[in-house]
Amino acid sequence: MKLPMVNNKKTDPTDIGRRQFMKSGAAMVTVTLAPGVTIMAYGGSAESQANPATRWGLLIDVNKCTKDCDECVTACSKENGWQDTGNPETDAQWIRKIDLLNPETGLEQSLAVMCQHCEDAPCVDVCPTGASFKRPDGIVLVDKHTCIGCRYCMMACPYKARSFIHEPVTDQKPYAPRGKGTVEGCTLCVHRVDVGGTPACVEACNTTGNGAMIFGNLNDPESEIAIQLATYASSAIRSDLGLNPGVRYQNL
Amino acid sequence: MQRFLTAFWIALLAFGNSANAQDSDLFPDIPKALYELETPHPDDIRINHMNYLRHDRDATVRLGDRGIEFSLKSCIDCHAVRGPDTSFVTIESDRYFCKACHISVGINIDCFQCHNSRPEAVDFSGLFEADASGVLKAYLEEISQ
Repeated sequence: MKLPMVNNKKTDPTDIGRRQFMKSGAAMVTVTLAPGVTIMAYGGSAESQANPATRWGLLIDVNKCTKDCDECVTACSKENGWQDTGNPETDAQWIRKIDLLNPETGLEQSLAVMCQHCEDAPCVDVCPTGASFKRPDGIVLVDKHTCIGCRYCMMACPYKARSFIHEPVTDQKPYAPRGKGTVEGCTLCVHRVDVGGTPACVEACNTTGNGAMIFGNLNDPESEIAIQLATYASSAIRSDLGLNPGVRYQNL
Repeated sequence: MQRFLTAFWIALLAFGNSANAQDSDLFPDIPKALYELETPHPDDIRINHMNYLRHDRDATVRLGDRGIEFSLKSCIDCHAVRGPDTSFVTIESDRYFCKACHISVGINIDCFQCHNSRPEAVDFSGLFEADASGVLKAYLEEISQ
C-alpha cells in the first residue's frame, strides 16, 4: 500500500548542503514488512520545528511590575481558556501575581510567576511516563496524550507552576487542549511562539500593562533579552537549586 | 467483538467494491465536509487517519511542527456539522462527523476529552479569494440543505 507524504511543504531552495542532510533525517521513512503491513516514521520537516539552537526566555523587571496590575494573568487566562471556577484550592493557575514584603526594610514588590522553563527541570526528571518534557528550544511542556495525572511534577516543581484539572472541561481553545485528569502549566504560548509570535502575557504587559516583560531568544546575543541580561544584573528565583530557569527577574 | 467489527469495516472499506459498500444499508451516513480538498483520498484517510493523527500529534507537541498536513484541528475545522440551530454540533451529538463511523464500529474516541470538538470560529475569508468557487459552492450547498 503506497502512503502519501505526510509533509509536503515547499522547502527553501536557497540553502543546500547541511540543510538537505538535516532534512533527509527528518523525512518520512516507510518500511513495508509484508503486504498490508507498513511501519511509518516521520518527523516532519526540519525547518518548521523547534530550533535546538534557540532557548526561549522571559525577563521580568520587578520595578515596573506593579501590585495593582494583573494584565498578564488576565491575558493568559483568556488566551488559553482557563478560569476561576470558584474553587481557589484546585483552580488552574498558569501564571500568578506574587506580592513580596521585606519586613526589615518595608520594601513591597510584586511579580508575575509562571513555569520558569528550567534547563534542568525537576518536573521532567520525576515524570514516570515521559509526559513532562523539554522541547529542543527549552520550553517545558506536558504532553497530555501520555500524562496519567499522577501529579509527581506538581510535587517536584519548586515554583508551584503546575496545576491539575479536577473537573471536566468544555469549549477549550483549539490550540490549548485541556482535559480532566491531566496536569497543565504555562506553555510559553508555544502556539504563538512557533509561528513567530510572543506569549500573550508579554503582549498584554507591553500594551495595557507596564511594559515589564521581555520575551526572546537567550542564545541570540543580538536579542533584546540577551542584551539586557548582559548589561544589567538579574536573578532567578531559587537560583540556589541550580535549575537555570529561562525566566529571569531584574531588580528582585 | 470490537476487534472483529473493526477488521470487518476495514476489510469492507479497503477491499470491498467501494461503490457497492457505500450503497449498502450497513454503510454509515457520513456527513459531508465543509470544504473540498484538492486531492481527496477518502479511502486512505478512512483506513489510516488514526496513524496520521498519532504521528502528527507527536510532531506538533514534542517538536513544535505547526505545518503538518493531517492535524486534528484541520479535521475538525472542515468536518464540522451544523445542528438544527445552525451552530456546529459537539461530540455529544450523534450527528458529529467522527461518530457516524465510530458508533457503527463500536469504538470510543477520547480525543475530545481534551480537544474542543467544534471549530473556534467560522472563517469566511476563503469565500472572497479568487479561486474559491469550490468553497463557495460547498457553502451554498450546505446552507440550501
